[in-house]
Amino acid sequence: MYTHTSDLLVIGAGLAGERVAVESALAGFDVVCLSIVPARRSHSSAAQGGMQAAIGNCAMGEGDNTDVHFMDTVKGSDWGCDQEVARMFADTAPIEMRRLAHWGVPWNRVVPGKSFYFKGGEKFEKFEKPEKEGLITARSFGGTAKWRTCYTSDGTGHAVMCTMDNKCAELGITVLDRKEAISLIHDGEKCMGAVVRCLRTGKLEVYLAKATAICTGGYGRLYSATTNAVICDGAGNAIAQETGVVPIGNPESIQFHPTGIVPTDILVTEGCRGDGGTLLDVNEERFMHIYEPEKAELASRDVVARRMTEHMRAGHGVKSAYGEHLWLDIRHLGDKHISTKLREVDEICKNFLGVDARTQLIPVRPTQHYTMSGIRTDKTGAAYGLKGLYSAGESACWDMHGFNRLGGNSLAETVVAGGIIGKCIVEYLHGTETTYSTAVINAEVKRQQQRIDDLIAGRLGKENVYKVRAEMQEALMTGCFVFRNEKDLLTCIETLQGIYERSGRIGLVSNGLGANHEVAAALKLRGQVRLALGIAAGALARKESRGSHNREDFPARDDKNWLSRTLAYWPENADMPVLKYEDATPHFEIPPGDRGYGGGTIIQADPETIAAKTIKR
Amino acid sequence: MGRTLKFDIFRYNPEEPASQPRMQAFTLDETENMTLFIALNRLREEQDPGLIFDFCCRAGICGSCGMVVNGRPRLACQTKTKDLPETITLLPLPVFKLIGDLSVDTGVWFREMYQKTESWIHTTKEFDHTKEEERMDNAVAEQIYELERCVECGCCIAACGTARMRDDFLGAAALNRVARFVVDPRDQRTDKEYFEIIGNDYGIFGCMGLLACEDICPKNLPLQNQLGFLRRKMGITAIKQFLGK
Repeated sequence: MYTHTSDLLVIGAGLAGERVAVESALAGFDVVCLSIVPARRSHSSAAQGGMQAAIGNCAMGEGDNTDVHFMDTVKGSDWGCDQEVARMFADTAPIEMRRLAHWGVPWNRVVPGKSFYFKGGEKFEKFEKPEKEGLITARSFGGTAKWRTCYTSDGTGHAVMCTMDNKCAELGITVLDRKEAISLIHDGEKCMGAVVRCLRTGKLEVYLAKATAICTGGYGRLYSATTNAVICDGAGNAIAQETGVVPIGNPESIQFHPTGIVPTDILVTEGCRGDGGTLLDVNEERFMHIYEPEKAELASRDVVARRMTEHMRAGHGVKSAYGEHLWLDIRHLGDKHISTKLREVDEICKNFLGVDARTQLIPVRPTQHYTMSGIRTDKTGAAYGLKGLYSAGESACWDMHGFNRLGGNSLAETVVAGGIIGKCIVEYLHGTETTYSTAVINAEVKRQQQRIDDLIAGRLGKENVYKVRAEMQEALMTGCFVFRNEKDLLTCIETLQGIYERSGRIGLVSNGLGANHEVAAALKLRGQVRLALGIAAGALARKESRGSHNREDFPARDDKNWLSRTLAYWPENADMPVLKYEDATPHFEIPPGDRGYGGGTIIQADPETIAAKTIKR
Repeated sequence: MGRTLKFDIFRYNPEEPASQPRMQAFTLDETENMTLFIALNRLREEQDPGLIFDFCCRAGICGSCGMVVNGRPRLACQTKTKDLPETITLLPLPVFKLIGDLSVDTGVWFREMYQKTESWIHTTKEFDHTKEEERMDNAVAEQIYELERCVECGCCIAACGTARMRDDFLGAAALNRVARFVVDPRDQRTDKEYFEIIGNDYGIFGCMGLLACEDICPKNLPLQNQLGFLRRKMGITAIKQFLGK
């Protein structure tokens, strides 16, 4: 058995993982990063928009500061976030952006003088000050009071990922690709590392470390329609939850986007609707104005996604080989607008659909987009339940996003949280010595090898992994998507329980040798169904609507009863997650208030309790 | 639509003792807006779960799915079946080590390239978090980004005559990488130092100018321009060295 020992094992080499690794390497610790794809292919590289940080150099960012960024983040979370964490995040973000500039990110910079920008199809003028020339500039993003999003053309994630990966190469960090962690090695109290399947040979390997950090991103692939890369399948979250002692925080907190293209669910920007694009149904008629007379297509992202779903449910969807969808129409915006202002959309339509958006309609449907949910950690990034286990980025519920995540805050979180948590891990490593139990390691390796052997030999049954997985994805799409209600959630849970049982009876069709994908899919399926059950059970229990979690039967936000975070545990041999709750935040810097969009009533929390938890200034 | 597509796919699994390199035929009904991403996943999920290939972002931004499609290296995710004839031949990219079927090891190749080119900013300056960021001209920032757009799919290397003949040739992706640091004012390396890395036959002087790298680059990077730029710069450096300056 190949065994590797280091101070820190990082599972996942996207931006969060590599940022954590860099911090430990700078402090002189030995780090190994594992990734299922070469690091630069991580989903971090797909983020185009930018990273929010209150630097306030550009004209429209003037007067911005970390307090305003903090306020926007807390409001965006619908008061579901940990305010202590949101504060750390907002305060650290500008430093981290400057550090990235020092390391090599080609941020766009302030160009002095007069220029124009568009808002809601209208043209406005702005003037950039000469004394700010060459400083990091910012662009506008939804849900923010100021222009705060630092960016590199249309490839921010890609550019930052290149720089971070270069930094890892410079520091000599071992970054290994095509390695998938399939279980954690632990004794119920302490994490010792992971059993890893080599995706080149199919063989098992062991990675031992004083500390382990899971930075594997979101789990969009639990849904059949998602903007996420195919690697965002929740495997990292699943191996943490499987320990029985590490909970998933706010599993029900999942964000959706109104316009993924069909069939591949690649995102087309909300800018299409912002610039005057319309949504059409099967009869090529507009419908958004029927549901939202005032804002129509310009309603917020979650509202539009809900109305689209509602309209398709009412039988107005377009049938296709890939399920139902609607149309996005930008034909009337004209050639000039499409080839300049919506160039990206134009290219996506051409490259992936073969559609010319000037003359043809774009097939779109609401799509899973982001998981605010994740491995529950404290503010240092330490996972609940297991000493030496950490998590950062989208895989974690560090919880600065609460129940909704603002554009530009996810990509910023990867490096800001990675830096903060990386430092906390360094402190932990300085104060920790460890021993590894060979009995625990051997037992875990044996258990995993047995699982693979059983799958290959078909000893467990004959269920087809791809069929069972597709049924899980459909169950969530049908019962736990943008709309949730008791009846559908109960059906969803019942379906998922059947699927969970079947997920224990998978038998391979192929021989399972080498870089076999069927084995990889089969090994993680059971954990995925557990996560899916957590989403549905968490959504059923939360009898309110907050942020992206929308209950048709409980439309109000209920601060009286639900100013809390769900913790979904999966004890050994359980067939349902056990839900526990904790306060959303240890204290309030801003007491709960209006979210500012999306309407809805609020059931007020007890004012005395809130006052007692609010920091006095 | 309504076509039945025939796929001829290269099969070989090095981890399977009985496996022999061969071509295998599959058929699939074409659907609206089908890409090779949709088609290959359907083949794996419905017909042969042992089929090995790579996808990640499936949106043309990560570079995972480079393969030879009807004789031409390209990204499978942004290849639409309606632009192809009824018979589609899929082969793995040459030059890179084969992992199985259509999957090749670009990860290790590129990681070695980072080490060879020392693909990071070389500077003696320390980061000071109490200070404002150092200024940079926006046009320079955009120029750097244009060179950083490479997704490391490996198509340019697979299409390169020199890379096919000698494995130590750095190739267009690596030379483009060096150009990215040459134009970056934060990198303090001198031309002489760059010459040490690329001023030789496995660097800029190995290129035969066949132009395939630029022809097939899925991101339309001006790879030959970069090579020309470096060649001129390194030529001057070589003359200076020869004259002892």
